[in-house]
Amino acid sequence: MATVQDIEIPDSAARAAAIEEAQDIQGERMVLNMGPSHPATHGVLRIVLELDGEVITKADPDVGYLHRGDEKIAENMTYTQFIPYTDRLDYLAPLANNVAYALAVEKLLGIHDKLPPRCQYIRVMVSELARISSHLLGLGAFAMDTGAVTVFLLTFTEREKIYNLAEAASGARLTTSYTRIGGLMRDVPPTWCDQVRQFLKEFAVALAEAHTLLTRNRIWVDRLRDLGHISKEMAIDYGLSGPNLRGSGVEWDLRKNQPYLCYQDLDFDIAVGSAGDCYDRYLVRMEEMKQSMRILEQCCNKIPGGAENKSKEPINVADGKITLPTKEKVLTSMEELIHQFMLVTEGVNCPPGEVYFGHENPKGELGFYINSKGGGTPYRLKIRAPSFINLSILGELMPGAMISDVPVILGSLDFVMGESDR
Amino acid sequence: MSALESANKIKAKFGALIAEPTEFRGEISLKIADAEQIFEVCNFAKRQLGFDYLVDISSVDNYGEDPRWTVVYHLRGIASGEELRLKTDVSEEKSELPSVLPVWRTANWHEREVYDMMGIRFSGHPDLRRILMWEGYPYHPLRKDFPLAGKPSDLPGVAFTQVTPMEGGPFVTLPSSSDSIAREPRVRVPENADPGISDKRLVDGKLK
Repeated sequence: MATVQDIEIPDSAARAAAIEEAQDIQGERMVLNMGPSHPATHGVLRIVLELDGEVITKADPDVGYLHRGDEKIAENMTYTQFIPYTDRLDYLAPLANNVAYALAVEKLLGIHDKLPPRCQYIRVMVSELARISSHLLGLGAFAMDTGAVTVFLLTFTEREKIYNLAEAASGARLTTSYTRIGGLMRDVPPTWCDQVRQFLKEFAVALAEAHTLLTRNRIWVDRLRDLGHISKEMAIDYGLSGPNLRGSGVEWDLRKNQPYLCYQDLDFDIAVGSAGDCYDRYLVRMEEMKQSMRILEQCCNKIPGGAENKSKEPINVADGKITLPTKEKVLTSMEELIHQFMLVTEGVNCPPGEVYFGHENPKGELGFYINSKGGGTPYRLKIRAPSFINLSILGELMPGAMISDVPVILGSLDFVMGESDR
Repeated sequence: MSALESANKIKAKFGALIAEPTEFRGEISLKIADAEQIFEVCNFAKRQLGFDYLVDISSVDNYGEDPRWTVVYHLRGIASGEELRLKTDVSEEKSELPSVLPVWRTANWHEREVYDMMGIRFSGHPDLRRILMWEGYPYHPLRKDFPLAGKPSDLPGVAFTQVTPMEGGPFVTLPSSSDSIAREPRVRVPENADPGISDKRLVDGKLK
């Protein structure tokens, strides 16, 4: 037996108006604390969000949970002793940090443009490997926070190979401390260039796969497009650097604009975005990895001395007052013994003066300002940490976005707290 | 136009306020005599000379000298690629200079960091809070008279007050604000253990 029931269809316009009115009356904002222990904040970033429903009205980033006082520590040790601390700044690209720091001290010594060519090529190669490694982690974590877990597995497989290359060169996978003031800890092993070539071959496939998984993926594009928009002027005003600056369309890359090492001998392009949204920053990083592959391939072919260094090209500056002598010289010659003793006990004797050197790190411009009063320790060493400065824009970037957009914006900025908090 | 020409233009504009530009390793430094003028100089450098990018602000503690502080600004013009370093001294009694936040918004966090680490205040900064150290921390750790090992402060050295699950077990330190020698992990139950910390679950140094 059928029953008839009357149902009431409410006027949807009236209901919407009622909700709006209710919100106006309440006008209540909720404060949501995100972090310092939250998977999407990639470390110990804390953000205090003020929410109106699901929309962010105010964001106050709180950094410093990983502050170790690296600048204070640097004032209390010799220049060489600080190299291991640079591993722990951006711990996703320790090799690039090593190179940046060594170049800054060498600039103070006035030898940064007199490095042996083989040393320059190896430094460029490890920097570019670090760039790929850092971008891979950034991309994997970014995609995973957005819901695409497959990419994470893919990029971590490739990162593992870069760790193997770092281990072959320096003996350590993460805490590489590969550079020394005026050179390198040691030459790369004879098979290293072939290993790099092999990696590039495999990485090209993986990168293409990452592109097919993400670049035209409807979900990915919808979530990234028109989100976290940074205009050109805003990017410069906030001092952004690296892919975040270039994603906004500013053609600024220290490798091109202030060439150091052997970058002017290498052929590569810099990737620049147009809209400055999260999708552009993603594309810039993808293209940078491709350009890093180009640089690595050229370096493998052009490295002075070849892969095996049969012509015994030096990797250290030939100055006994800067780099350590070989062990057999120390045991047989008085002068080298004295040099070794002085270098180890007092450090490299730097002239008084002040220099700033900026290095194009994966995260942006990693700069060291060294104020020296002479002697083996810096009087003041200031680290310009790109992640710290890139994070300062969050307060401007977040308002207006939805709470589910927070991991996307954070992932697109690609920061690391070890560097931000120093 | 080179950075040296820009430096000379600033000198021509502000006259006796600015010392002769110095060059070291290809970098131009300009010293500004009166820290109160730093905002005007920075504003001029940005609006007239195109230094639109503030790379960094750092500070130096010239301990034992007068004036004690030097604040260092690294400027860059993105279009021209020029770089310039501006320096100004601030005395310890004053410990304050104008904020350049209206010129570059990136100065916000840089100035907060200088304030946090050195204790130099920036007048006109809207939100001059500590940034790396926590709110309420009494010292400025990058000062030369602050010891490397740190100083005890009123806040506890550890964040937790409850007994940790493995406390007293192997390789676990006890929560305390004492230094690492006193918290040596091999010492399972210290003789002077605070009864509030070592809880009843510990019998003869072992977990019940």
